[in-house]
Amino acid sequence: MTTEYLVLSAILFVIGAVGVLIRRNAIVVFMCVELMLNACNLAFVTFARQWGNLDGQIIAFFVMVVAAAEVVIGLAIIVTIFRTRRSASVDDANLLKY
Amino acid sequence: MENPAQILGNTAGGVIGFSWLMIALPLVGAAILLIGGRRTNKWGHLLGVAMSLGAFVVAVLALVQLLGLDPEQRRQAVHLYEFIPGMVDMGLLVDQLSISFALLITGVGSLIHIYSIGYMSHDPERRRFFAYLNLFVAAMLLLVLADNYVGLFIGWEGVGLASYLLIGFWYFKPSAAVAAKKAFIVNRVGDFGLLVGMFVMWTTFGTLSFAGLGDATIEQNGTVTAIGLLLLLGACGKSAQLPLQSWLLDAMEGPTPVSALIHAATMVTAGVYLVVRSGAFFFPLGSTAALVAGIVGTATLLAGAIIGCAKDDIKKGLAGSTMSQIGYMMLGAAFGPVGYAFAIGHLITHGFFKADMFLGAGSVMHAMNDEVDMRKYGGLFSKMKVTAITFIIGYLAIIGFPLLSGYFTKDGIIETAIEHNPVMGWLAVAGAGLTGFYMSRMIFMTFFGKARWDKDAHPHESPAVMTVPLIILSIGAIGLGAFLVLGGRLYQWLAPAVGGARDFVPAFHPFSVPGLSTLALVAVGVVIAWFKYGKAEVPVTAPRGSFLTTFARRDLYGDALNESLFMRPGQWLTRLAVFFDNRGIDGLVNGLAATIGGSSGRLRRVQTGFARTYALSILFGAALLTGALLLVGNL
Repeated sequence: MTTEYLVLSAILFVIGAVGVLIRRNAIVVFMCVELMLNACNLAFVTFARQWGNLDGQIIAFFVMVVAAAEVVIGLAIIVTIFRTRRSASVDDANLLKY
Repeated sequence: MENPAQILGNTAGGVIGFSWLMIALPLVGAAILLIGGRRTNKWGHLLGVAMSLGAFVVAVLALVQLLGLDPEQRRQAVHLYEFIPGMVDMGLLVDQLSISFALLITGVGSLIHIYSIGYMSHDPERRRFFAYLNLFVAAMLLLVLADNYVGLFIGWEGVGLASYLLIGFWYFKPSAAVAAKKAFIVNRVGDFGLLVGMFVMWTTFGTLSFAGLGDATIEQNGTVTAIGLLLLLGACGKSAQLPLQSWLLDAMEGPTPVSALIHAATMVTAGVYLVVRSGAFFFPLGSTAALVAGIVGTATLLAGAIIGCAKDDIKKGLAGSTMSQIGYMMLGAAFGPVGYAFAIGHLITHGFFKADMFLGAGSVMHAMNDEVDMRKYGGLFSKMKVTAITFIIGYLAIIGFPLLSGYFTKDGIIETAIEHNPVMGWLAVAGAGLTGFYMSRMIFMTFFGKARWDKDAHPHESPAVMTVPLIILSIGAIGLGAFLVLGGRLYQWLAPAVGGARDFVPAFHPFSVPGLSTLALVAVGVVIAWFKYGKAEVPVTAPRGSFLTTFARRDLYGDALNESLFMRPGQWLTRLAVFFDNRGIDGLVNGLAATIGGSSGRLRRVQTGFARTYALSILFGAALLTGALLLVGNL
């Protein structure tokens, strides 16, 4: 059982990572980040179940809380950027550079 | 030999207990004049004279008290305070030697102070001049009265400072500013010797006081000879002896009273004082250090005389003569207690007759619009009789005219030298002949012959404030030598202080072979000078002269030697250092900065501003980290 969960978790993580790297739309990138986080959560819960203790479960809750907070901030930023620049592309927000 | 440094117990009482006043009075005078500034302009010179005279009065009273004591008791210590705990107790030593110097310094010094009132009357900075003169007197008195080498050294540096300030008194003249710096730097070389000598003395004997050294047993070995030679180096710097003579001739850029007080009568004799004071410890008769002192003295007395023969500048001629006379003193100081007594005797009489002549030269310059070239003098005798007569008295004293001061003291040095070292002695006789020549040349060119004045020169006699000191000094130039030397008076007075036997009278043979040959040579010198500069007409522009004349005019190429041996290599060294600094150190530092700047300029291109690039690098970083962790875990 464990192996299957972990394989699923890895597949989800890779999908998320590739999405972050290749997509331009900030909302999609954001969703991909959430996918990676949840892939991690899956791995945590799997291991918690494997070893029969609650540490992984608790970490998963923390990750969810942090992710929720992050979503609030992140979406607010994305909306603000969209209002000022009329674009949600992460490549267009490139002023902070050398 | 008696121990010369046996201090007789307790701190002295009476006037001697207050002998610190001698130093304090002029020091306070200098402080008031320098701090008070322009407010003291009106009465500054009077305060300066009063402080100097006050010190003289204290010195005379101390002498009276010393004379009232038993000869063995005439060594009075005045403890002042602990200077460096466990190392140096600052105190004064009032004995026959130091009181003789104190009297010379304050006596001649006061006369020169008085003279300066007249000489500097047209100078707007006269107050500053008197402040420096007072500073000098205070430092010089500390030098001779201190009972240890540290105090002596402080005075030594103080007179160096005063000398620097006074040579450069007219600092707006580049030549004066350069001469002041030159004097200071050449003296540093000597001071270095004195300092290192003191270091070695401290490590060897653990004491720096004269009393402590007197109690120590001093064997003549390599270390002691080294100390002696180092002290001698210091003496050479201060007393303008070869090879550190070059500053004295340039020092004549200062006002003439300075030349008289500092660069003839007192400061330049400090080297002789140092040798005599250290004599019993480091320069005993027959030691290597004493021999070297004799060689230095002989060489300098001849060099100074040769330089004096060719100078047309009256003050430089006198400066050459000063070098030469101090050479005689140094030669005398090489020959034990008897030599010390004659050296000090010559020092005292020289202080009078040389100050007399320098002030006379100043009086002549005062009358001739500050002209110093003797070729533009001539025939001044009738115009300024007092100056001329006093100058001629000084002249007769220095050439050793029978029965005048110089005759007794110089003859004593020559006799002593011939007794111990005939070569040096006969060279000193030759030097006396040269003295006869160059001093007569000066007299004939200045006071006799045809007037060769500039058109706008109107020579006149100087005011009384200048001529009275001249008269007093010339009285000293007449009688002092006979008073000091006849019957061995000075020797017996100084013997306890310099470690001589008291029941001994140095022989004085006026009709001995050396005495008569000295007189004969001097006469020959005078006659030659008469034919060349008295009878024959003196050309206004100096003739080119032979190789020897040029040699003497250029100060025996002393400056050229210093320049090629020390100055040029020094400049090369600094240029090399600058090159190394620019190319080597700056190159390294700048190169490092350029490398870092360049590479960071290239590195910052990594910050593209594309969020996805950063995400990729984070992914690679994480992958790398994971891989590394796995690898380490597997190990």
